[in-house]
Amino acid sequence: MNHREPLIHIAKRDGMAWWQAWLIRLASLVLALVVCALFIYSITRMNPVSVYASMWDGAFGTKRRIWITLRDTMMLLCIGVGLAPAFMMRFWNIGAEGQILVGGCATAAVMIYGGATLPTWALLALSAAVSIVAGAVWGLIPALFKARWNTNETLFTLMMNYIAIQITCFLIPKWENPVGSNSVGVINQRTQAGWFPSLFGQQYMLNVILVLTLTVVMFLYLKYTKQGYEIRVVGESENTARYAGISVRRVIIRTMAISGAICGISGFMAVAGSGHTISTGAAGGRGFTAIIVAWMAKFNTFVMILIALLLVFLEKGAIEIASTFKLTDYASDVVKGIILFFLLGSEFFIQYSVRFRHSHKKEAEA
Amino acid sequence: MTQLISLFTSAVIFGTVILYGAVGEIITEKSGNLNLGMPGIMYLGGIAGLATAFFYEMYTPEPIPALSLVLSFLAAVAASMLGGLIYAFLTITLRANQNVTGLTLTIFGAGLANFFGSSLTTLAGGVGQISVAATSRAFRAYIPELGGLGALGKMFFSFGFMVYLAIAIALVASWFLNYSRVGLNLRAVGEDPATADAAGINVTRYKYLATCIGAGISGLGGLYYTLDYIKGAWTTGSAIESLGWLAVALVIFATWRPARAVWSAYLFGVLYWVYNYIGGLNRSSVELFKMLPYIVTIVVLVAVSMRRSKEAQPPKSLGLSYFREER
Repeated sequence: MNHREPLIHIAKRDGMAWWQAWLIRLASLVLALVVCALFIYSITRMNPVSVYASMWDGAFGTKRRIWITLRDTMMLLCIGVGLAPAFMMRFWNIGAEGQILVGGCATAAVMIYGGATLPTWALLALSAAVSIVAGAVWGLIPALFKARWNTNETLFTLMMNYIAIQITCFLIPKWENPVGSNSVGVINQRTQAGWFPSLFGQQYMLNVILVLTLTVVMFLYLKYTKQGYEIRVVGESENTARYAGISVRRVIIRTMAISGAICGISGFMAVAGSGHTISTGAAGGRGFTAIIVAWMAKFNTFVMILIALLLVFLEKGAIEIASTFKLTDYASDVVKGIILFFLLGSEFFIQYSVRFRHSHKKEAEA
Repeated sequence: MTQLISLFTSAVIFGTVILYGAVGEIITEKSGNLNLGMPGIMYLGGIAGLATAFFYEMYTPEPIPALSLVLSFLAAVAASMLGGLIYAFLTITLRANQNVTGLTLTIFGAGLANFFGSSLTTLAGGVGQISVAATSRAFRAYIPELGGLGALGKMFFSFGFMVYLAIAIALVASWFLNYSRVGLNLRAVGEDPATADAAGINVTRYKYLATCIGAGISGLGGLYYTLDYIKGAWTTGSAIESLGWLAVALVIFATWRPARAVWSAYLFGVLYWVYNYIGGLNRSSVELFKMLPYIVTIVVLVAVSMRRSKEAQPPKSLGLSYFREER
């Protein structure tokens, strides 16, 4: 047999300077934006440069738009921050969507049943508390089974999403307003009881402060605490963790309670801090998008800010273009998908070096 | 009695959508690839089939339904295999994480399908919604003599051809995975790719083919949904997505066995529709009943993990990428 060297030679890199890695990511992003521009051009025949100008306008064109973009970025970031510890432990929490919904339902319940009697600060504190508990419980159920019987958590958390959706569907007719609309409508519209108050004259300032605090705390927790270290060891190798005397079960359960609780807070924020209503779309697929955010940021919560902002910018931008051309918002999901495909693919070129047969030979000669 | 018959037929129709999805996903998962992009692939199959039929009916003065059927069938398979190829390229060649890639594919597929589904008529310069009545009738055609055989005919012979095709594909897949050499090799790849590699099996080729063919089969679920289940139209939203996740659930429920997936799919259909046949439910308690398929799946998932029986486990390397040099 004629043994030939394979055409492509792939080798793991020993490591790459951070700026080189970011250069590769940037290049893939640019490539992705070109493909997106082609997609948009093929449908709208719009000049690709003005496409991005118009997208920029959609996301940052007015002060109001900037704040909406910021609000949605914070929402996505909050979920990503919640998912970070679970993923660092290699626990595939695909159930953020459900954890957000139960948190949202809990908040809506507090706002509806306590709206007439309790002052806003008490409503907010109570909503936060119950949504944390609800989210944590939703995260704990699969974690307990994972810890005890090693039940596949990817599929378990996925199913929990749909149970949460059905619970929301169950509650909506009970809370619907007006009757027969099959939607809850804006809760406490007149009194604004239980809504996030405006801070410094900005409606969404509290969201920003809350999420940025969580981001910093989570960064410190994962990087500098003993518990964060335990999470990392369990994620690297459960056997190593056991050998080092770490109780893997306890780490799994504790971490998922935290992860679910933060997703619950996202639900609290979605209801009390932005939508003021509850529907099955309250999470709006963000639970899934945030998985990608958390994964691509390699659990670094500060990098998540950038990725979340990028995704929300694309979403708002694509929606702007779609509405100009009387097309649907789903264009934003297409654009999002294309960008993510490219970014996911780019990681390969950061971790591995690819050499073609030809260039390899030259290198050997030299 | 008539109620039971109508529950049965609606369960079969519902079950067929997720049966395609599940059988495709089983073949994919047997190669060790957990493709969470399956709902997205079903979307791609559904919209590709529908769009093909739509353009064919629009640009042909006298459309032939049978030809339209073949064209849309081929388009659906091609589009969903392309979706599978994106996933395969990213996870197998570029070694990206399977879960993340799959979820991205679901976002992308759902976005693309809903985008074209709701603006295809606008883009083509028309008004109103997509409707491909003639092609859909061809999909739903059955032999009138058999379908007219009273209750028996209604229960077994009143469906479009894709219902029977789904059963056939599931049975063939079952034979393939259990008795054919290629199928056994495929299972070896999913259980332990390093050992399979050492035995001379081309792991990369098997993973690629299983993922793409599996995607092609899953995509038929979307095609069946658009052209038969909802009679040649498009409903913008997350309907196909929730069916897709239900198909993922069905894979677990059937414990990765295609033949078992057949009756399990119909059972899911019964569980899904049973609320229609129970009296005294109000709007809200109906929703609790719709939880049933998911709860049952969780129970099976937990039971499988507790019993640890060798036969009912997921493929051992499920979700893990294989790099020869990192064994």
